[in-house]
Amino acid sequence: MFLINCPYCGERDQSEFSCGGEAHIVRPKQPTELSDDQWAEYLFMRKNIKGVQFERWNHTHGCRKWFNMIRDTSNDKIHAVYKMNEKPPVE
Amino acid sequence: MKNKYSIFSLIKNSLSHHENWKQAWGDPEPKKEYEAIIIGGGGHGLATAYYLAKKHNMRNIAVLEKGWIGGGNTGRNTTIIRSNYLWDASAGLYDHALKIWENLSQELNYNIMFSQRGVMNLAHNLQDVRDLKRRTHANRLNGIDAVWLNTDQVKEFCPIINTSPDIRYPVLGGTLQRRAGTARHDAVAWGYARGANEMGVDIIQNCEVKGIKRNGDQVEGVETSKGFIKTKKIGVVAAGHSSVIAHMAGLKLPLESKPLQALVSEPVKPIIDTVVMSNAVHAYVSQSDKGELVIGAGTDAYVSYTQRGSHDVVEGTLKAILELYPIFSRMKMLRQWGGIVDICPDASPIISKTNIKGLYFNCGWGTGGFKATPGSGDLFAHTIANDEPHKLNAAFNLNRFVSGDLVDEHGAAAVAH
Repeated sequence: MFLINCPYCGERDQSEFSCGGEAHIVRPKQPTELSDDQWAEYLFMRKNIKGVQFERWNHTHGCRKWFNMIRDTSNDKIHAVYKMNEKPPVE
Repeated sequence: MKNKYSIFSLIKNSLSHHENWKQAWGDPEPKKEYEAIIIGGGGHGLATAYYLAKKHNMRNIAVLEKGWIGGGNTGRNTTIIRSNYLWDASAGLYDHALKIWENLSQELNYNIMFSQRGVMNLAHNLQDVRDLKRRTHANRLNGIDAVWLNTDQVKEFCPIINTSPDIRYPVLGGTLQRRAGTARHDAVAWGYARGANEMGVDIIQNCEVKGIKRNGDQVEGVETSKGFIKTKKIGVVAAGHSSVIAHMAGLKLPLESKPLQALVSEPVKPIIDTVVMSNAVHAYVSQSDKGELVIGAGTDAYVSYTQRGSHDVVEGTLKAILELYPIFSRMKMLRQWGGIVDICPDASPIISKTNIKGLYFNCGWGTGGFKATPGSGDLFAHTIANDEPHKLNAAFNLNRFVSGDLVDEHGAAAVAH
């Protein structure tokens, strides 16, 4: 449990938010040409990193807007929060 | 067995004030090379090593454990054992395990305190009733014992449940598997460790795997905190850390690791002699032999390796517990903890070869792996020894995420499973 600094609403309790999983997974540009392996990669395979991970979050019980977060999954520390259309502040 | 435990050994050792019991398993330094290496000394990993040695005659093997054996999810779960799964593939897998459980104390000469006290799953709405009745029928077609209980029968079986129609999620009935129950989780790890060690398996604790060495698409060994160990076969049974190990081998798995919480109350006199699970309100409870209520909560909805979990998850579970069991309202909770569970998109496990030769994964057990420990070990040992899955774990291959042939227990068995 932690506090999240929503880029639209400010600091709120984590229980107001829902996590949308790994960020920056781009929907295939030409879905009809994808092989089964590529579909599996897109749909199911996840980095599931122990350490710094890029994630999508939604302020479900607040502004209901999506945004991105850089969080360390080994200690739940949040390093950065940025809007959907923004580039990550670090690589 | 060299040091068989019996009433006579107990009497003999009592004469020396129980100070001369022999160590149940050794503490060796790793050899330079093994026939096979199991990464992860939890119940599943130790069981795998045990069955590799016992049924497949592979004695030159090692189990590598980062901490101490049974210190991960094996020692953190709520010890529920059942096999009433909906789909044929799952029913086959979990009932295979249950059948081994039934004779495991005898086989290991180690009291794992397996207690077939029954597991009851409650229905709180009409869809629950339909789903659980369907599951009861499916179970019986698969030869798994299951009965449907109406509200009065639920009350009769477990009188402390509040079956009043006025509660927020009233009890509309439930299913009961009488062969299901609980076992002592630590004893399972210790029993398998002792059994495996007696057949020559090296159990190496405090040995963290740092890397997996490959030559092309064949594994060559593991880098560990105790140096490099050569091997041609690696079985990974690392639960929540499976993705971390996979990453070392250059693989990606369809897993997300999340904290799953449990808690125990102060010990009280016997009050609940069965296991009651409720998927809709996500609360389940049983009572340990020490008298503590053992309560299972849910997972956090985000990836985390912190082994803690959020307070609001526990709060939600306890609200449901209090509504269902008003008698517990003044009890104090003693301890709360979290374990990291690796969850597959279809909430079914992976017991599978990979496209790297000699690398095998047993993972994705999610929130309900304990119950499968003996079956999982047996089938994974078969898969490693023969480089082919057993027919009972063929459906649980890694390729199902490519073929689309998923074993979707998530929708069917609901949250707790």
